[in-house]
Amino acid sequence: MSAAVIARGTAASRIAAIAVAAIISLLALAPQFLSAGAVDRMTALFIYVILAAMWNALAGFGGLVSVGQQVFFGLGAYFTIRLANAGLNPFVSLFVSAVVVGAVSWPISLFMLRLKNGEFAIGMWVIAALTHLLVNLDRLVQGETGTSLISLNVYDASTRRLTIYWLALASMAALLAVLFGLLRGSTGAAIRAIRDNEDAAASVGVRVTGTKRLLFVLAAFGIGVAGALWLATAITFQPKTYFNVQWTAYMIFMVLVGGIGTFEGAILGALLFFLIETWFGGAGVWYLIGLGATALVFSLLLPRGLWGTLEERFGWRLLSVGYRVRLPGIAENPAGAIAAPAQSATSREKA
Amino acid sequence: MMNQIVQGVLLGGYYALIACGLSFMFSVMRIINLAHGSLAVLSAFALWLLASRFHIPPFYGLAIVLALMAAIGWALQRFLLERSARGGALLPILTTFGLAIVIDNVLFEQFGADTRSLAPFIGRLSYDSWEWPGGLYVGKLAVIIFATAVVLLGGLQLFLTRTGLGRSIRATSEDPDTAGLVGVDARRANALAAAIAMVTVGLAGAFLGMRATFDPYAGATQLLFAFEAAVIGGAGSLWGTLIGGIVLALAQTLGAKIHPQGFLIGGHVAFLIVLFIRLYMSGLGLRGLLSLPTGKTP
Amino acid sequence: MSLLSVEDLVVRHGLLQAVRGVSFSVERGETLALVGANGAGKTTLLRAIAGAHQAASGRVLFDGADLSGVPSHERVRKGIALVPEGRRLFVQMTVEENLLLGRTAGRPGDWDVERVLETFPNLKPRRHAKAGHLSGGEQQATAIGRALMSNPDLLLLDEVSLGLSPLVVDRVYASLHGLINLGTTIVLVEQDLDRALSVSSKVICMLEGRIALAGASANVSRDEVTKAYFGLHRKGAGGVPA
Repeated sequence: MSAAVIARGTAASRIAAIAVAAIISLLALAPQFLSAGAVDRMTALFIYVILAAMWNALAGFGGLVSVGQQVFFGLGAYFTIRLANAGLNPFVSLFVSAVVVGAVSWPISLFMLRLKNGEFAIGMWVIAALTHLLVNLDRLVQGETGTSLISLNVYDASTRRLTIYWLALASMAALLAVLFGLLRGSTGAAIRAIRDNEDAAASVGVRVTGTKRLLFVLAAFGIGVAGALWLATAITFQPKTYFNVQWTAYMIFMVLVGGIGTFEGAILGALLFFLIETWFGGAGVWYLIGLGATALVFSLLLPRGLWGTLEERFGWRLLSVGYRVRLPGIAENPAGAIAAPAQSATSREKA
Repeated sequence: MMNQIVQGVLLGGYYALIACGLSFMFSVMRIINLAHGSLAVLSAFALWLLASRFHIPPFYGLAIVLALMAAIGWALQRFLLERSARGGALLPILTTFGLAIVIDNVLFEQFGADTRSLAPFIGRLSYDSWEWPGGLYVGKLAVIIFATAVVLLGGLQLFLTRTGLGRSIRATSEDPDTAGLVGVDARRANALAAAIAMVTVGLAGAFLGMRATFDPYAGATQLLFAFEAAVIGGAGSLWGTLIGGIVLALAQTLGAKIHPQGFLIGGHVAFLIVLFIRLYMSGLGLRGLLSLPTGKTP
Repeated sequence: MSLLSVEDLVVRHGLLQAVRGVSFSVERGETLALVGANGAGKTTLLRAIAGAHQAASGRVLFDGADLSGVPSHERVRKGIALVPEGRRLFVQMTVEENLLLGRTAGRPGDWDVERVLETFPNLKPRRHAKAGHLSGGEQQATAIGRALMSNPDLLLLDEVSLGLSPLVVDRVYASLHGLINLGTTIVLVEQDLDRALSVSSKVICMLEGRIALAGASANVSRDEVTKAYFGLHRKGAGGVPA
């Protein structure tokens, strides 16, 4: 999947573009050759990639670390239930729901983007907790008892499975393309400026808050899609499951391990998370301890994540965009302020 | 009604206890410790273990657990936060979040999903109450918790303003580089502040266990309470934390009165309203929400 | 043995070399003035001696002991105190609290709050005022007092007259003369050449991170220093030709 990242206008990029098209076509045809269980697992993988890419868009590119992104995951599922209950086709509901989530995130952003760092992180958690409680009040949901996306049952199991698979694949490809386009376009320049120095960017006229809001709403929309798709695969909706902070923990794990602030890193992280879950998910609580410990260790010892570290060591720069996590050695020295822009200047030239 | 207000105010004492460590650490090290609630729950489990396995009553067990928490705070600062804080403002959030996941799940692995309480180990204190004029019954434990909060906040205030160590911590929080240049060991001051913060967390965890029940995943809720109380009260002194705690508790009480499931909603909504007011009072330039309990004015 | 020896010291700010191989020494009781244009590396040099910047190479010896890797608070304990550029008071704390912080290192000596207030009488009525509310002169006095409270063997003063009215500068320098007469060893960074030459026993003029001129203040003419200042004239100890 990492081949999805291409440098514009080079021979390599044309090859990469063909490779991306080939991979997506292969994935689209894959259900022909896969068992039903494998199709479901692949659907889960696509959802993980969406989650990782969206959390990375917010934290890695917008500098906004949120531990409350489960709110959009839960709302994506909840609005789907509501829309389907109102008679809308369940598959259409998935996407209308995500649009509603994006719309809801706008007023939230007006409020929350005023907060900084840890305050934003935990403030989002409060929003998630409150939203969870409010959703519980809905009679349709019946508190923690939950409900189901019953209208999906009119389709037979294999049609359902394949449709959801293709929808997840298409959503993933489209969201990655949108993010990629954003980062390569003029907004990408603003994002890089904010990443390097938020105050300086503001002083030269970069629309800091506007750009962050765009990322916030995009992330909310994308995670809403993910939540809706997850509901489509699981059918049942229990608020506790969807508004669980564990979803954000997964996002953080994927991005931190893969490489925060790198487009490829989030995808790599989702792949790794998928494999780890496949192999160790049965280990129950030790699996969760392992995830937390890995995130902890990466944040301390390898804050750039795997892709970021490889990128740095071997000069791989397929797409140089991201919120750079300063390494201790640089940050320790007040002169890092001078050194860091110089480094990112070179990296931008390579981009 | 009067009765509920009194109960609410007393509950606010507990919230002040759990909040003061969070805002103390934030004002000294600029770190919001997302493992804050989980560490409080850890302390409650430690006391429960001492009481149920080794028959050490919680109030005696505190001597051991608070010392342990101080050591944990010191180690936390030295081995985790100090390192991750050098990587910028975002990394400590991720580090402490990872730590919270580890603590929660290790507790789950050790103790299972059952809810526990320290109430059975403190005898009559868990339900005894005093009759106050006007036919009010107030729980002895609630009064003890409130009084502890007042003494702790006052003691912290005195420590910070009247002792050399307290001054060192305040100087470090204001300007760690210059603190070093006047002879303050900023690393030591930070580690000491973390140790103190964890002692308050340990106390809060003890009272959490005595007045209610807890389970391995209760930390998140406690973290949110602490954060909300600290933000609501963040007017510039440790006493603000007490006021924040009381406001939070009263809002929850009011919420519960309006709707059976309104207890938590009331608290969250009060937090958001205060946040809203503070954001729009201060305009765009809001620098930080949490109080700086080192006697600073915002 | 010199109280302070700086040997081929290099300090980097990222890729930039702020101090490029500087060597000199200061004897007990001497007053050394560091002069030079903005960006010549004076402040960096002073901060490196105090431990606020780490040396990229070379070393600083204090009382014969190598200070490499010694953090700033340990250097205060060994007897080095810096009055930083811009005062850097703890503005949320009172004058008295700022002064008491200077005691943290716990070095024995005569300096206490009362003596600082005697030395800087203008601080007396401001004792319990927040440092952020002081005038420039009062802030400078507090900053010097805070450094003195550690009973230093070596006092480093960075631009103590910056931003002060001439009258206040006179008062600050009068108090410096008092300290010098007490035998305090001082290294000071000063923009005002006349003041630098009048108060010091030795002068070093820096240019682009190197020593352009060094000599006894009595033997160096103002004209020579001015030339070195602008890079028109180079000689002296430790200066590596550019």
